Amino acid sequence: MSTFYFLFQQTMFFSIPLLVVALGGMFSERSGVVNIALEGIMVMGAFIGIFFINFCQANYALSSQLLLILALCVSALSGMVFSLLHAYAAINMNADQVISGTALNMFAPAFAIYVARMIQTVQQVQFKNEFRFDSIPGLSKIPVIGPMFFQNTYLTTFLGLIILGASYVVLFKTRFGLRLRACGEHPQAADSVGVKVRGIRYAGVMISGALAGIGGLIFVIPTSTNFNATVAGYGFLALAVLIFGQWNPKRILFAAFLFGVMKTLAAAYTGIPFLSALPIPSYFYKMTPYIATLIVLAFTSKTSQAPKAAGQPYDQASR
Amino acid sequence: MMPKWFGKSELLSEKNLVSLTSSISAILVGLLFGLVILLISNPAQALAGFKTILFGGFTGGAKGIGQVLYFATPIIMTGLSVGFAFKTGLFNIGASGQFIVGAYAAVLVGVHWTSLPPVLHWIAALLAAGIAGGLWALLPGILKAYANVHEVIATIMMNYIGMYSVNYLVTRTVYDQLRNQSMTPVAVLPKWGMDQLFPRSSVNGGFYIAVLMVILIHILINKTTFGYELKACGFNRDASQYAGINAKRNIMLSMVIAGVLAGIGAGLLFLAGSGKHIEVVDILAVEGFNGIPVALLGMSSPIGILFAGLFIAYVTQGGFYLQLSNFVPEVIDIIIAAIIYFSAFSLIFKNVIGRWIRGRKEQ
Repeated sequence: MSTFYFLFQQTMFFSIPLLVVALGGMFSERSGVVNIALEGIMVMGAFIGIFFINFCQANYALSSQLLLILALCVSALSGMVFSLLHAYAAINMNADQVISGTALNMFAPAFAIYVARMIQTVQQVQFKNEFRFDSIPGLSKIPVIGPMFFQNTYLTTFLGLIILGASYVVLFKTRFGLRLRACGEHPQAADSVGVKVRGIRYAGVMISGALAGIGGLIFVIPTSTNFNATVAGYGFLALAVLIFGQWNPKRILFAAFLFGVMKTLAAAYTGIPFLSALPIPSYFYKMTPYIATLIVLAFTSKTSQAPKAAGQPYDQASR
Repeated sequence: MMPKWFGKSELLSEKNLVSLTSSISAILVGLLFGLVILLISNPAQALAGFKTILFGGFTGGAKGIGQVLYFATPIIMTGLSVGFAFKTGLFNIGASGQFIVGAYAAVLVGVHWTSLPPVLHWIAALLAAGIAGGLWALLPGILKAYANVHEVIATIMMNYIGMYSVNYLVTRTVYDQLRNQSMTPVAVLPKWGMDQLFPRSSVNGGFYIAVLMVILIHILINKTTFGYELKACGFNRDASQYAGINAKRNIMLSMVIAGVLAGIGAGLLFLAGSGKHIEVVDILAVEGFNGIPVALLGMSSPIGILFAGLFIAYVTQGGFYLQLSNFVPEVIDIIIAAIIYFSAFSLIFKNVIGRWIRGRKEQ
């Protein structure tokens, strides 16, 4: 049983960032802007957030959870500001959204390395991981649920689940969500009833920037003790989760969890007795999430629920 | 109606002129952005650093130019790979995976098939690289054609699968355990006089092969029916299908050709005899990703890609020398990213410049 709990906890470390970033991508694409820059935005959010933690841990004696909350805000803000570049290119300049996204993906790691080395001469940004809860008093004693969710966990796990709930409500139960979806499906129709398509799309991209920024930080904190200008392709995996999740929060949760499980198996299979006994090279486990993505996409892409206007600049004259 | 004298060649040259001007504007704005970054981070050294970026590629005279050609060779090939797929409306972000798989095939043949005479050996190794790259791109092509899987996601996944597979295969077949990398291939590309033109640099006949491929792809795209069909599919898949073009076949073929080009690029690098090995680390091959800015900057035209590859190799080379004035060479990547970002505005650039040119003609 303890192996199971350990694996479940690990799965959360991998799933939650994917969930948050894929939800971010959902807001952008539902508004009609393809955001391939999620990877770069994650790098930017993680870099500035971790740098902030590094700076505060050296200079101030903040309580660890307060510091984490502040760092999350910093990451969200930096992701949002960075994503404005993409929004401007895609919405104001009618640019090819894949090209501008690619530019952001190239920019972020170069920027992170450049700034880190100019300031502190090495490119890895160190931090002390003081954010983990060994066990949350009271709740961790609940049978089964306790060890799964309330032992060896982070504040960010719960934040991710809150973001999931909030995303669902915003997308399907608010006026803003309805307008957002309209802009992604048929911006001309939305415009004709007075919805400001550009404004809504800006909002969509900025939400995706904030969530991807947060996602970058919460990916790095549980899995490392320094930030080395990379989030290991998680932004791209989140894109796959978004597509597999058919742009729908509930299905995105399922997809993110599935990926988290596979990532966990790749990282921790040696700890699982019957798997480590099999004569399968470690490289195979590392490949499984990517192979599984291809297989899953092969079976689900025919009936794609992609927002119809995603990727197309809005041309008011074509109304 | 267009006047009669406004012939096809003239239209073409105006279009090319506009493309060229918008690429150059993007480069200038990107470089200016780089200068700003240098000024912010270290005002005292900024101008010296900027000069290094602009002229650093020539450091060491002929040797420097040789090195630029050497670094340009693989990224011209991956740039061709990305650009060719672009022409068909596909975004091949998987040049990295096709590249590393090609590299493995080249090294495998280059190390083991020693019974071949040297002349045939490097040709066999290079062909193996192309075939492996092509096969690696075939799967995303099939998935796109028959299952509607977006090629961006499929090729990204193939990048990771390729990287892990190659790492595994290298450790099983061509492993230099001491250095945790692949063994040195016996097969080496011929120099074809490059060593005399650019003494002490790593450049070799591979550059000629890259230029040859540029010309071949240029002919394929612009002068053949097949190339026309590919472009038609890129513009409008439904319309081309209606006109009797087999869109599915063309999507797959276009991916395969893109993969072959990336694979050959890897062959040209790993068979150069310059001490380049496949390192067994979990990092995607950077040459594949560098093909993306090359293709974008070259506006997906083979000739444009040739010059874009040379340009990017040139500034990257300059970046190495930046460390002398206490700058971090990553500023080059920042500049390239900025150039790509501004080249995404090419539509606006093109309209403005096109209007300006037409305005002058009317006067």
